Amino acid sequence: MLLIHCPYCEEDRSELEFRWAGEAHIARPENISAISDEEFAEYFFLRNNEKGLTYERWRHIHGCGRFFNAARDTVSDRFLTTYKAGMPKQLLPETGASEKTVETYEATEGDAR
Amino acid sequence: MADLANRTSPLSGFHGGSSTVRLEAAPPAERISLRARAEDVAALSSALGVDLPVRPKASASAHGRSALWLGPDEWLVIAEANGGLMQAAKNSGALHSATDVSHRNTAILVSGPGAAAAINAGCPQDLSLKVFPVGACSRTILGKVEIVLLRTVEDAFRVEVWRSFSDYAFGLLAEGAQDAAV
Repeated sequence: MLLIHCPYCEEDRSELEFRWAGEAHIARPENISAISDEEFAEYFFLRNNEKGLTYERWRHIHGCGRFFNAARDTVSDRFLTTYKAGMPKQLLPETGASEKTVETYEATEGDAR
Repeated sequence: MADLANRTSPLSGFHGGSSTVRLEAAPPAERISLRARAEDVAALSSALGVDLPVRPKASASAHGRSALWLGPDEWLVIAEANGGLMQAAKNSGALHSATDVSHRNTAILVSGPGAAAAINAGCPQDLSLKVFPVGACSRTILGKVEIVLLRTVEDAFRVEVWRSFSDYAFGLLAEGAQDAAV
């Protein structure tokens, strides 16, 4: 079972207690009625969907109920760090995908631990 | 004249357990869901007569009332004796949100040497005494439902669950109790 560190409960908890809540650090435009449709679409709909290091919001919904931010590797599904909402982006060295990026199921299975 | 509505406990008549675990429905209690800012905690604590804990997983008990930390600004306050929680919170004069959830929740008392194992049948938390000592509490999940778990003594827990889920929670704990006795 995947354990996720909740920065509010200060403890590792089971993934079952958490919900994913989308990409983190998306600032709402200051004057949203003044921006163009393209800018609105960029803010509202378009997400980076990065492979490798990605910053996400998570919610400890069956625990303390708080939203927090997490840096996660989408290839290995490893949580690199978690930190409280409102804190600046915790920059981590961009290592690319932590494991050799492969496109086939068989190849990833071969590296399973 | 029509019969008056009778109040029934959602778990009345339920019984279960095994050679190492005892399951009982808890008697009715008054409960509030309390939200408040850090600066209002002191006023609410003195009004309620129990210190609202500010550390994760901590609970406090005094005068028949228990306050359970659920989140950084959220508590579940349970009064088994000395009701009047809503009035007490109101009397504090501090800014807060209190919702009476006495009838939303019911509780199952799980006790015996296999109590932790029975709960772990559906709950992923580490319930060893080192990580979850006496007095520790946490909102978590039991199978498919959300519960609030409180360790009252070394081998006894109080499982707070929404009343409509209590049938499921009791059934799962009964299964867990059987497994814990194997």
